[in-house]
Amino acid sequence: MLKIKNLHASVDGNEILRGVDLEIEKGEVHAIMGPNGSGKSTLARVLAGEESYQVTAGEVQLDGRDLLEMDPEDRAREGVFMAFQYPVEIPGVSNTYFLKAALNAVRKHRGLPEMDAMEFLTLVRQKMKLVQMDDSLLNRPVNEGFSGGEKKRNEIFHMAVLEPRMAILDETDSGLDIDALRIVAEGVNNLRGPERSFLLITHYQRLLNYIVPDFVHVLVDGRIVRSGGRELALELEEKGYAWLEREVAETTQPVGA
Amino acid sequence: METTSTSTIEQFASQEYKFGFITDVEQEIVPPGLSEDTVRLISSKKDEPEWMLEWRLKAYRHWLTMEEPRWANIHYPPIDYQSISYWAGPRKKGEGPKSLEEIDPEILETYKKLGIPLKEQELLAGVAVDAVFDSVSVATTFKEKLGEMGIIFCSFSEAVRNHPELVRRYLGSVVPYTDNFFATLNSAVFSDGSFVYVPKGVRCPMELSTYFRINAKNSGQFERTLIIADEGAYVSYLEGCTAPMRDENQLHAAVVELVALEGAQIKYSTVQNWYPGDENGKGGIYNFVTKRGKCDARAKISWTQVETGSAITWKYPSVILKGEGSIGEFYSVALTKGRQQADTGTKMIHIGKNTRSTIVSKGISAGHGQNTYRGQVKILKGADGARNFSQCDSMLIGDQCGAHTFPYIDVQNPTARMEHEATTSKIGEDQIFYCNQRGIATEDAVSMIVNGFCKEVFRELPMEFAVEAQKLLAVNLEGSVG
Repeated sequence: MLKIKNLHASVDGNEILRGVDLEIEKGEVHAIMGPNGSGKSTLARVLAGEESYQVTAGEVQLDGRDLLEMDPEDRAREGVFMAFQYPVEIPGVSNTYFLKAALNAVRKHRGLPEMDAMEFLTLVRQKMKLVQMDDSLLNRPVNEGFSGGEKKRNEIFHMAVLEPRMAILDETDSGLDIDALRIVAEGVNNLRGPERSFLLITHYQRLLNYIVPDFVHVLVDGRIVRSGGRELALELEEKGYAWLEREVAETTQPVGA
Repeated sequence: METTSTSTIEQFASQEYKFGFITDVEQEIVPPGLSEDTVRLISSKKDEPEWMLEWRLKAYRHWLTMEEPRWANIHYPPIDYQSISYWAGPRKKGEGPKSLEEIDPEILETYKKLGIPLKEQELLAGVAVDAVFDSVSVATTFKEKLGEMGIIFCSFSEAVRNHPELVRRYLGSVVPYTDNFFATLNSAVFSDGSFVYVPKGVRCPMELSTYFRINAKNSGQFERTLIIADEGAYVSYLEGCTAPMRDENQLHAAVVELVALEGAQIKYSTVQNWYPGDENGKGGIYNFVTKRGKCDARAKISWTQVETGSAITWKYPSVILKGEGSIGEFYSVALTKGRQQADTGTKMIHIGKNTRSTIVSKGISAGHGQNTYRGQVKILKGADGARNFSQCDSMLIGDQCGAHTFPYIDVQNPTARMEHEATTSKIGEDQIFYCNQRGIATEDAVSMIVNGFCKEVFRELPMEFAVEAQKLLAVNLEGSVG
């Protein structure tokens, strides 16, 4: 479904991603782990199309189509969803109004008729159960005055409504207490399916106790330095990232010299 | 890659006015120039009684002693008052029209282009329309139905002829002919406008509405509106404007007077979308308006305005809170883009005890737009327990526009309570990206964010008008993405 080849990206002239290769097939759940500053969130934002990140080399294909050529909104309409690490507040715009506009933009792109208010409400009620969303969050302005946990839950709720095929979760676990984490993870698990792939970006393996990935990759210094199964995450939890960073330093220095 | 904000700025600056068309109607225009003779000519064209002419002449003579105000934060070349034509109206063929069918089809077509088909409105009910096409009212509907309740809704000229006692009593009672340069000019040469009287205890069952058009080349427009709500009465009045594209600057100096007697309520809503000029600021309407209301005891006046047009806006809808326990409200959205300049706000004058006022102002600047909020809250010695709440928020789109806030506060009574809040924000690229990531195009995102910002004002508008206002903002924000 998603093929990333030799992806290089920089922000303000600093190269952050230095050749990322990754393939995600339909229905798979991949986790990207790595120390702070390794480029995890950059990878998520480049895939979502944030303009402050410049792709300097490499390619990304979504079902054979050039993802990097698409505007951010077209990527979203094609089924790429990113749950933000820091969801943005939009004062005065109600969560439902926002989501209805989003859903109808997506549906229009997919050749489906726009949903009217009644149909939309029925859908929303059904999806709210998946993420245990509180009714009151529906009519409040998007993310305004939401607690950290509510914001993250709202992201998963958006995902449930928009039904993406490629969902990217950018440190969705950060800042969550254990109960909130469990609820968010449950929401994600409810949305897993053979047609939907996930890319989980996380610093801690804690999240992976709740959302069990098919593959784990470790990103260090802008490259994937190791890939494995779930057990890799456990190994990282035990040993930390330092040993991998040292390994990378040892192997790259001779090359650079 | 081009950033969002860059393309937003460019698009705002280059966006064309959507309602630029000119109606081809046989028109009668007097030659440019202003003198006592001009005033007499206007008065005689309108078959006015002697007292009306005298009032105009007093105003004209006073105007000669006045100087154009220069304190506002707006810049424009000097206006040559002798180069303006002070009278224009559709040519009369025999008598005036008796029904819509008799009205020039061209004029009806013009309204259709603006999306205000009079005929449909007449049928659809709910809104009674007193349409001002240049200087003469060409259609008045629903008059009979309102008449049954004792409500008078007619053109100002008709009121002068048919209800002289009301006009003489209240004309200039809120905005005297000596008030300010533009109001005084208006008093001398006003063309036409609307007149409303709602009798004691009557609740006007429909929104009253006027659509103004500025059309004749080089003709100033000087509406005069007077609305009187007698004791315990209620009326909601809507004013909506859009003008065709023109090259020369057109002066517009209107006066609106609202009189709310004891326990009465007047809600006055405006959507203004006059031609703002081209991207270099050429052309466009100069809008110098005096709007003021006066409240007796327990009366309430609300001004709600959505200002998206005009090259220059100079406008401070105000309320004199004379009676005990009276309430004044001002809700405003002003959008400036291109080279537009707006200096707008309100004055709340607290005279009576326990008077209350609320001010909510939302200024949006894009392109090279300059948006100034200027508001005065004055609490006089006798106004025990007066309260004011002011909130002035500015939103900037791009980095070449400006937002300015000048609140003047004058409190002479120690029991008064004042609250003032002000914020300035920028539409963030992060907000736009967030919308994009959910599938929403940048243009729709900007419109959504701006509408959210204005929500507190929009919810004060009558339903249909709120929808129209949102559309208007969307139209003005359209093309904000490359």
